[in-house]
Amino acid sequence: MAVVFEKPKGLTDAPLHYCPGCTHGIVHRLVAEALDSLGITEKAVGVAPVGCAVFAYNYFNCDMAQAAHGRAPAVATGIKRANPANIVFTYQGDGDLAAIGTAETVHAAARGENITIIFINNAIYGMTGGQMAPTTLPEQVTQTSPYGRDVTVAGYPVRVSELLATLDGPAYIERVSVDSVKNVRKAAAAIRKAFQYQSEGKGFSLIEVVSTCPTNWGMNPVKALAWLREHMLPYYPLGVYRDKGAAQGGADA
Amino acid sequence: MAEKVLMKGNEAIAEAAVAAGCRHYFGYPITPQTEIAAYMAKRMPKIGGTFLQAESEVAAINMVAGAAAAGVRTMTSSSSPGVALKSEGISYIAGMDIPALVVNIMRAGPGLGGIQPSQGDYWQCVKGGGHGDYRNIVLAPSGVQEMYDFTKLAFDLADKYRMCAMILSDGVLGQMMEPVAVSASDAPPFCADGKPWALTGTKGARKPNIINSLYIEPDTLEVLLDKRYAEKYAACEANEVRWDEFLTDDAEIVVTAYGAPARIARSAVTAARAKGIKAGLLRPITLWPFPKVPLAQLAETAKAFVCVELSKGQMIDDIRLAIECKRPVSLCTRTGGNVPSPEEILTAIENAAKEAV
Amino acid sequence: MTTNILLAGFGGQGILFAGKLLAYIGMQQDKQVSWLPSYGPEMRGGTCNCSVVLSDAPVGSPIVLKPDVLIAMNKPSFVKYEPAVVPGGKLFADSGLIDIRSERTDITEYALPASVMASDEGLPGLLNMILLGKVIAELDLADDATVLAALRKCIPPRKADLLEANRKAIALGKSS
Repeated sequence: MAVVFEKPKGLTDAPLHYCPGCTHGIVHRLVAEALDSLGITEKAVGVAPVGCAVFAYNYFNCDMAQAAHGRAPAVATGIKRANPANIVFTYQGDGDLAAIGTAETVHAAARGENITIIFINNAIYGMTGGQMAPTTLPEQVTQTSPYGRDVTVAGYPVRVSELLATLDGPAYIERVSVDSVKNVRKAAAAIRKAFQYQSEGKGFSLIEVVSTCPTNWGMNPVKALAWLREHMLPYYPLGVYRDKGAAQGGADA
Repeated sequence: MAEKVLMKGNEAIAEAAVAAGCRHYFGYPITPQTEIAAYMAKRMPKIGGTFLQAESEVAAINMVAGAAAAGVRTMTSSSSPGVALKSEGISYIAGMDIPALVVNIMRAGPGLGGIQPSQGDYWQCVKGGGHGDYRNIVLAPSGVQEMYDFTKLAFDLADKYRMCAMILSDGVLGQMMEPVAVSASDAPPFCADGKPWALTGTKGARKPNIINSLYIEPDTLEVLLDKRYAEKYAACEANEVRWDEFLTDDAEIVVTAYGAPARIARSAVTAARAKGIKAGLLRPITLWPFPKVPLAQLAETAKAFVCVELSKGQMIDDIRLAIECKRPVSLCTRTGGNVPSPEEILTAIENAAKEAV
Repeated sequence: MTTNILLAGFGGQGILFAGKLLAYIGMQQDKQVSWLPSYGPEMRGGTCNCSVVLSDAPVGSPIVLKPDVLIAMNKPSFVKYEPAVVPGGKLFADSGLIDIRSERTDITEYALPASVMASDEGLPGLLNMILLGKVIAELDLADDATVLAALRKCIPPRKADLLEANRKAIALGKSS
């Protein structure tokens, strides 16, 4: 019988703990598929964040470390510098990457550290129960912005991909989404390209995945995806923000 | 014997680290330890090593955690305010059971304090500093040769017990030069072959390794902590206590001091003997594990203890606990970056002798 | 026997180097030695001092607060440390830069216009070595061969051309 669908070898058999409708599962799968398709799972070392993906070390079928909150890019830097032949990635949420870990993120990018960051932007702190994140939209209601994010008090959201694209260090930055089959395919290609670049020694890559959090957004999964398209994508436009490979090829990034 | 070279304490640490096979240094500039980073910046590129100036102390210790998890000998160094920032990472290193070296060349605090020598981080480093129940092996050199020797020892102990080892020193020892006998510094880089737990990629040959400090089930975490204390930390306390004694055999007044003050105390003890006072010196070399047993033994015969430290009475607590408060312990301290003269310590010894009669 | 030496002056006068040479001279004689600089902001051009201890026994405090020998290369250092010299101690001062003399009768002062001699003899920047030559002579610290051996330790090979000038400056100080 022909096998038409199977679990990537890059994922373990551990059942995911994520909420129903959460997009983490999709992105985990895309990362595992990318590692498998490039044949690099066996030399991959991942770094789990603090946040909903804290247990990622149970799910990726490769060597894994679990970092302090926000420090995953620093831990990944240490791992990569120790064994440059390994493929090293972090998997981080918006609070971890764009609030407490801003310095580690920006400087890993500025150094052109040859690691890959998978950045899940769902505009909220998920694990702690739905507080305002650095990427929470203006007027968005969260547990700690109960009247909506007031930019005169809480400031504005951080556009990570655009921010990092101002640096010379990064080799590849793309913002993708997993809200539709088409966008999932694009995300898969982007993640694969990021790991491809790392394999080729091109340097720092970050894939920002605009994601949902149905539980803490207080929506069902379908409505959450619609909300993502309606509210998040206008603020966080999808696209390639840096592509050193394309620039070298003469194409316009 | 190898020819001795004149070397700063900070340089001795860096040179010893290279000799011990350390090829991964991550740091951030701060006085008075910057020579370590400067030395590594010069040396590492020439021997295929990594010197990386991190964006912060916090990042540096986490880079160390990553490199340690990947199985190499790795270190960072800083001074008091920077070590406070590293405390988070040190706690994680303890929780992840990985070996690393952290050097603290202490300066005066609290806050920005000053840049002159101090021992105000005794509690921070010996008692933990970071969150949670854990221990670090803490070595306190008292001269530049020991800065060299203990750095190598610290790497060995860190690897042996898979935990963080610290060199707790001060601005005097970091900045001063003394003759040092160095061993061949062409030791090959330490590699992960002897560390089957290291994150090196499965290479398809084994199950994935996970290095983690998160245990969400209370029973799981408790069992792990119990095991860590019963096996690892108990073994340290059984096997790794180090100290030095000077004229303690018949000592009535036992001076205790570590690091730079210990050498000044030694001069004061000699001066006290010349005046007919039966003084001696016990110098803890490991601040954790602490030399409780020899102190308790001395308490059987000594009349009083004098604790010399560049802090407002931190190590003195451990002296009192070790001797179960059986003898009076007086504090001889200078702070703010000042260091006591031999005469000041002599006066403390004389006062203790008078009161002990 | 232990000799506590304090060298003090402006940053850039070669105080740390002179101290290092003293330490290496001690090492050549199998003495226990220590060398401790002042450190911090004063390194960037202000005052600078350096403690050197030469001893037959392990060095206790490397910090020289009461010098047996003070080498003063500017007036502020002279004013600050001259009172600290132990009775019976020796004070070496660059009289080209310091226009006062010690009034103490319990110490011996050697005033030498080292800075003037340095420019007269075409040895710019070597007043430290001229003063040190005087120290070596008056303390009977070491013979020429020992000093030369110590100099070779202090001067890196890439600066070997400076060896002769330093040797000349030390000889000048010794003979004055």
